Amino acid sequence: MGRKLLLEKAHVEGIRYYDTYRREGGYRSVEKALNTMSPEQVVDEVKKSGLRGRGGAGFPTGMKWSFIAKPEGIPRHLVCNADESEPGTFKDRYLMEFIPHLLIEGLIVSSYALGSASTYIYIRGEYAWVADILEQAIAEAKQNGWLGKNIQGSGFDCEIYVHRGAGAYICGEETALIESLEGKRGNPRIKPPFPAVKGAWDRPTVVNNVESLAAVVPIINMGGEEYVKIGMGKSTGTKLISACGNINKPGVYEIDMTISVEEFIYSDEYCGGIPNGKRLKACIPGGSSVPILPANLLLKTAKGDTRMMNYESLSDGGFATGTMMGSGGFIVLDEDQCVVRHTMTLARFYQHESCGQCSPCREGTGWMHRILRNIETGKGKSSDIDLLWDIQRKIEGNTICPLGDAAAWPVAAAIRHFRDEFQWHVDHPEESQTRNYGLAHYADPLQVPVTA
Amino acid sequence: MIQFSEEKLNKVKEIVARYPEGKQKSALIPVLHIAQDTFGGWLDAPVMDYVAGLLQLEPIEVYEVATFYSMFNLKPVGKFLLEVCQTGPCMLNGSDDIIAYITEKLGIKPGETTPDGLFTLKPTECLGACGYAPMMQLGKTYREHLTREKVDQIIAEAKQQ
Repeated sequence: MGRKLLLEKAHVEGIRYYDTYRREGGYRSVEKALNTMSPEQVVDEVKKSGLRGRGGAGFPTGMKWSFIAKPEGIPRHLVCNADESEPGTFKDRYLMEFIPHLLIEGLIVSSYALGSASTYIYIRGEYAWVADILEQAIAEAKQNGWLGKNIQGSGFDCEIYVHRGAGAYICGEETALIESLEGKRGNPRIKPPFPAVKGAWDRPTVVNNVESLAAVVPIINMGGEEYVKIGMGKSTGTKLISACGNINKPGVYEIDMTISVEEFIYSDEYCGGIPNGKRLKACIPGGSSVPILPANLLLKTAKGDTRMMNYESLSDGGFATGTMMGSGGFIVLDEDQCVVRHTMTLARFYQHESCGQCSPCREGTGWMHRILRNIETGKGKSSDIDLLWDIQRKIEGNTICPLGDAAAWPVAAAIRHFRDEFQWHVDHPEESQTRNYGLAHYADPLQVPVTA
Repeated sequence: MIQFSEEKLNKVKEIVARYPEGKQKSALIPVLHIAQDTFGGWLDAPVMDYVAGLLQLEPIEVYEVATFYSMFNLKPVGKFLLEVCQTGPCMLNGSDDIIAYITEKLGIKPGETTPDGLFTLKPTECLGACGYAPMMQLGKTYREHLTREKVDQIIAEAKQQ
């Protein structure tokens, strides 16, 4: 059993409510931080912990906090990014739904560290019932003196507000999120200035993912130096993985980043293998934006090492033979799935979600979707595959925000590793409408017992 | 007459107070949610103008926001909006079949509303329920692990409401 820091208590009956949460040791980190530590010491502990942003980019959280500007007389804000919209990712929803007070606790400590008296949770609009759960948790915390004026006699004032979005993936990008919080279209801003200097309402702002902020609770409770000992290398602590696709046990798992990808997929503690004894074809381990890998490169790196479920090992080999940890949205494709169709749905997603501000992304995502749809429906040409490659290359790096890259990478990786499947669609337009390509040589290196 | 009740006007005031003084525009998206829920499930131009007046904004500021976010409906929709996710992980678990089944059962194409005004089918992009696929959003709730039988049940339940 791996070590659990966030979800250890998620299944205690009644943990959603304050009394149970408090009885199970909740809000100790607020007592510790507010009574015995300065805001700078809290920032230092988070720096020491090596915590990396859990939303996808993996940027060190403590370092991000240390960038916040502190001009005299201007309020600062912490904004929690709960706009979880990356296909394959549903971990933040799970955490907020089952153990909402963990997030509220983390937000209070983090607000103290950053000096935010008004903290906002920007939650995707579709998670309407989760917003209700959070508002209830906030009300309970306030009734019990953890929010409001002079919290626990420390002199620190803090309020937390829930702000629902209205359906836009782009608002997970921090500057688009800030625009949306200000009541505008979610068009990302050009950086610099960075939000840490000029964010919401032109005030210094830090935007962090739900899971990152929840992780502040165990970091303060145990100390950054203890937290660093969990995990491997620069992948410290635990990570929530939301597993889906063709697996026996889809769901949210907390891992300590010392297990192998193979163990994660096949052990009963986690995904429990692939249904009906089918073989593994491919996997997108970190949400739809990160490169898809065929089974052989997923379980072992190009050098032949066992691939582990952590930041460094998943990205071993760069984009040529590796992928990324991303948001931890783990999507498994079995031998019967069609990579072309799957890639087409992702291209359609990015077309739908492009904010339209930058031409390469606005036009390119639509082109990629239409070309992929042609190939998928038996109307493709061989030159389309090269055209796709060309378009994605011209989107990547040429847009204000990373949505362009996020749209380009899945298409690039699918062609890089599964080009013959695209070619087969082009060469067999009729057959490709009646059956899928199959496993081919994307060898699943594992022996699967014949019994299903 | 487009007018919020006293209770809803108080809610609007409470929402506006969450943001810095003079930044009442920040309340726009939350208030548009309330407006859509109140005035028939979609945002007609007079409704948007009302919201603009309420928050002291130019109407264009409301239109440009309402047209950006996919949860705001700019045309009338059925009483029950069936928003079926069709992105990657849901597709792997059979969302195409679910959409085809609803199309066949209700006799409407994606984007259309049944003649009785009860149901609108809207294939949508990832809703963050990938592990519980296939799924749809229905009002404020998610209906997950969909099968044909579950779709039958959801439609039957809705008809009784």
